[in-house]
Amino acid sequence: MVKTEMGRLQEHPILEFKRGKEVTIYFNGKPIKAFEGETVAAALYAAGVRVFSRSFKWHRPRGFFCAIGKCSACMMEVDGIPNVRTCKVYVRDGMQVKTQSGMPEAENDVLSILDDVMDTVFPHGSHYLKFTTSKNARRFIVNQLRKFTGFGYPPKAVYQGKAGYEEIETEVLVIGGGPGGMSAAINAAKYGAKVLILDENPFLGGQLVKQTHRFFGSAKERAGTRGIKIAEILEGELRSFKNVDVRLETRAFGIYNGEVGAHQKGEVDKLLRIKAKKIIVATGAYERTLVFENNDLPGVYGAGGVQTLMNVYGIKPGNRGLIVGSGNVGLILTYQLMQAGVEVAAIVEALPTIGGYFVHAAKVSRLGVPIYTRHTILKALGKKCVEGAIIAKLDERWNPIPGTEKKFDCDFICVAVGLSPAHELLYQAGCEMKFIPELGGLVPLRTKYNETTVPGLYTAGDVDGIEEATAAIMEGRICGIHAAISLGYGGKEAEKELEEAVKELDEFRAGPFGQKVVVGIKKCLVEGVKV
Amino acid sequence: MKYLERGYLIREELPPFPSEERLRKRPVAYIECPQPIPCSPCYESCQYGAIKMQNINDPPVVDYEKCTGCMKCIRVCPGLAIFMLRIREDGMGEVTLQYEFLPWLKKGDKVKLYNRKGEEIGEGVVNWVLPPEMNEKMSLVRVEMPANLIFEARAVRPVRE
Repeated sequence: MVKTEMGRLQEHPILEFKRGKEVTIYFNGKPIKAFEGETVAAALYAAGVRVFSRSFKWHRPRGFFCAIGKCSACMMEVDGIPNVRTCKVYVRDGMQVKTQSGMPEAENDVLSILDDVMDTVFPHGSHYLKFTTSKNARRFIVNQLRKFTGFGYPPKAVYQGKAGYEEIETEVLVIGGGPGGMSAAINAAKYGAKVLILDENPFLGGQLVKQTHRFFGSAKERAGTRGIKIAEILEGELRSFKNVDVRLETRAFGIYNGEVGAHQKGEVDKLLRIKAKKIIVATGAYERTLVFENNDLPGVYGAGGVQTLMNVYGIKPGNRGLIVGSGNVGLILTYQLMQAGVEVAAIVEALPTIGGYFVHAAKVSRLGVPIYTRHTILKALGKKCVEGAIIAKLDERWNPIPGTEKKFDCDFICVAVGLSPAHELLYQAGCEMKFIPELGGLVPLRTKYNETTVPGLYTAGDVDGIEEATAAIMEGRICGIHAAISLGYGGKEAEKELEEAVKELDEFRAGPFGQKVVVGIKKCLVEGVKV
Repeated sequence: MKYLERGYLIREELPPFPSEERLRKRPVAYIECPQPIPCSPCYESCQYGAIKMQNINDPPVVDYEKCTGCMKCIRVCPGLAIFMLRIREDGMGEVTLQYEFLPWLKKGDKVKLYNRKGEEIGEGVVNWVLPPEMNEKMSLVRVEMPANLIFEARAVRPVRE
């Protein structure tokens, strides 16, 4: 058995958890022990907190979902500031954290009665239809209804801290320090371009930091190496360049005609105005969720959220989980949970066949985890937190077959049903976008060198289509080299490497697993300007 | 492909078995990797040309006569799909498999054996390990078992004393 203490893993076959100094934070006034380096959400989870907020209308309990700052289910008031994503804020001794969407607090919310009675009084959508005859009645009722919602209260005091400002000029700006972004930065820098790379996290590596499994691919793409190690290798390489500036905890918020606005956290928070000749967007993706009864119950988590909790912060997500989705993420997560001493009740897959690599499925099958293909989750059971789940078999037309229901006892459910590109910056910058289901959602039109329809703006990684880290690294290499060449660096040698890199990526996608992506990319490929 | 409905291989879907004569000579790599996926470290690790692949998406095929049992491939396989099989002179069977769970197994540990479906099929004894720190936290464990189980036993768990 894997040893745990205070909800935290004390040992792990692959990972070593380096925890910082012990600190105390106050949650709704109650002291909670935490360790420096943990996010508020992670520390609260370890202390047994499951209800992080209440839904703003019916006051249904909500827990965290993604744990990487995308879903907003964990928003709380931190040190007087409302709507803070607690999965993105790190603990500090004496920090005051309050749930903001409950009366008196999210855990025991008297307004949760709304969930039981209001639906009959005010059916869904009725706030658009009722009280619309008189302007004054409308104003009155809207004001009254706002009191019941959970969006927190504005800070009582004016912000007293200092704010800084910095103008930066660079040749290549990379937004996002995951595998795609780091690879792009490395490849642009190695031919001499001046590079600035931003990441909103206090660490580089993106989602690689939770990938404890060994990667596939060829030895050249570091196959057989664990994802966490690949992140270290890439970071080492990146930091070896003198012409690369790395800014962590820095969030780009807009691209305006080749200038980028960003916010850098630090001793003094800074506004950055970045003038860049080439911009590479590598912002990754969001986790998707699935529609089923009670899918908002605390305990229904995104697969990546559970990985973050378990593999980054070393916190045990629960005792027994159910996995929905048998893509590589679901299969790998199952194995990772077992490595952390967590039982997995079953994997449920709606498709007739397993979606991920067979070898990943074989790995968990032999450890006794049943995989139910052509099954779906009907509902999550529990009042304040998941206590179980009901699944059922699907017929040929994807309808649940009555009488085939199975009940599982579990204290959490992981939804691993795919990702959607985090495309906002590209959209805002004016790239021509297209909805391509094969690539996971809205993606930019691009050339074979990953340049979008906005000249000088490139993409790499999941943001231009959901694949995996190896493909992101290869895409990063392509657009990094292309950016360097179009700035006048590299010469013949770079051009040769660029063509090689394009060829290697084509070969990588040539197999049956790459077909979907190849079809998707064909739909959004445009002719670019020749270098 | 039926195996993708189940998540494990059955007898008819397994690659051809090495001959008993070959199994008695020295350990041989047996690869259960039927699906075309972009992965080739086993092929790249083999110095003897015993693993054949046309391209990176091609499933590996082992030439049992060329395989020397050197274990390079099992050290690197990210899919945990390679097993080293052997029948010893005394008639006992041996399976070497990749293992990355706590507690780490040691020589002499008794283990329960499980088949591809996760059903318990017997007991074995660990008679050699490559410690995790020697192979990037991927331990290799050689388990002694009755020879008739070497094509069945695919997972082990320590027997709790």
